[in-house]
Amino acid sequence: MSTVVLLAVTGLGLGALYFLVASGLSLIFGLMDVLNFAHGALLSIGAYGSWWAASGHLPGAGSSGAGFVLAVAFGTAVGTLAAVVLELALIRPLYDRPREQVLATVGVGLAVPALLSAIWGADARPFPGPHALSGTFGLLGARIPVNRLVLLAAALLVLAALRLFLGRTRHGLVVRAGVEDRAMVTALGVDVRRAFTLVFAIGGAAAALGGALGGLYYGSVDPGQGTSLLIFAFVVVVMGGMGSVAGAALAAAGVGLVQQFANYYTASGLGDLAVVVLLAALLLLRPSGLTGRLA
Amino acid sequence: MTTASEPLLSVRGLRVVLGGRHILHGVDLDVAPAGVTALLGRNGAGKTTTVRGVLGLVPRTGSVRFAGTETVRLATHDLVRRGIGYAPEDRGVFAGLTVAENLRLAERPGAGTPDYPLVHELFPELKARARQSAGTLSGGQQQMVAIARTLLNGNRLIIADEPTKGLAPRVVTEVALVLERAARAVPVLLVEQNLALVRRLADSCVVLADGRTAHRGPAADLLADTGATRRLLGVGSNSPAHEEADA
Repeated sequence: MSTVVLLAVTGLGLGALYFLVASGLSLIFGLMDVLNFAHGALLSIGAYGSWWAASGHLPGAGSSGAGFVLAVAFGTAVGTLAAVVLELALIRPLYDRPREQVLATVGVGLAVPALLSAIWGADARPFPGPHALSGTFGLLGARIPVNRLVLLAAALLVLAALRLFLGRTRHGLVVRAGVEDRAMVTALGVDVRRAFTLVFAIGGAAAALGGALGGLYYGSVDPGQGTSLLIFAFVVVVMGGMGSVAGAALAAAGVGLVQQFANYYTASGLGDLAVVVLLAALLLLRPSGLTGRLA
Repeated sequence: MTTASEPLLSVRGLRVVLGGRHILHGVDLDVAPAGVTALLGRNGAGKTTTVRGVLGLVPRTGSVRFAGTETVRLATHDLVRRGIGYAPEDRGVFAGLTVAENLRLAERPGAGTPDYPLVHELFPELKARARQSAGTLSGGQQQMVAIARTLLNGNRLIIADEPTKGLAPRVVTEVALVLERAARAVPVLLVEQNLALVRRLADSCVVLADGRTAHRGPAADLLADTGATRRLLGVGSNSPAHEEADA
């Protein structure tokens, strides 16, 4: 029983990390038809930004208490800024050339990890998290790592914030309509490019937050972390339905759980294969994705 | 600025190439500053592409002057915000949004108070169904949403692309009444296959054939000429299939 509880909570923690990356990716693809292969790079930027700040380079930031919160906020802000710059400088000029746009995001997705390697080396760097988050607590006989709860709480907060944004604000209304029919939104007199930049900023912020909290999850940061998480984020987006935040949350939880259970009950590493099998099964049985919004 | 005699919308040499195929070869059309101008033509003549070209929804070249200003280089949202309400052929209703959200999306912040009293007077049903998902509305109700969005902002021009297509005769009559009333206040560019509706509403008409302007003039003159309607539109002007709106 305790093993099942441990696997379930850690699986949901992993799913929370996937959700943080996939929610923005899903909105970006749903609204803008942009396959953003640079999204993993935004996660890496957030991770390194937080690591850099928490390592004592940013005044006021540190590895514990309010200093750690500031470090995570700094990493998230840097990732958000990078996302806005990416959209304005690279994505926007290539809206009419989707092939070149994909290639450009692939280029950024490769260049950023290379740049991080060049500056801080290719080896993983220990992530200086607070002691309080490195321990465990008891739940139904299992010892659960505290940082999994932090990831879950962050993902739930992001999910709630995104749903409030999409459901209660005019910008959210524009995004929801744009996911359905972008051309018609412009034909109503709405400058949809603003929504594009906003969605990129939101997606970048969620991914960068995922990067910062991923440092807690893995205990270290490395230049390739974003790229490896991006693969699972794409699986989550396809399963959850393009542009569906709720679908992404559901799919992320499913992928995290399947991966953890398969890794434990079969052989380590088979969890990744199980995720691919899950994706294939879903697409065969329900080609429109969990929410019926697969493009 | 336009004078009373100048057209509100003046299109010259509009060309559209899609997927390497020339769809429009140089369309000319004028929309008078009052009344209804009908845009007619057989299926595939280029009517919808002309409207989409005017609005910049497809890449185009040529001249599109709206209210005296050249707009061909403007982004769609910039042109529309100058005072155009557009009800597209497929109605363009957002199925995942509620009726109220569909209308709210058409509001233009900073451009005056949206005219909900007019919309609710013309379409009381939309007020009653405000919280209903637009995807669950009937075709006629979705057309009401599409037209209501054009009436919300005190637009200077309404473009309605086949607003009666696929609707029941009773709803066609309802839509005709609304357009008739709207046209008293705002000029309308009406793309329509239903010649009875054209006869009832239109003052002037432009006929397209194979992506070119084939005829321009008073609508009544064209519709009185059975030979011309047969040659240009492929139907007699009194063809029963086109008389739905006479009810």
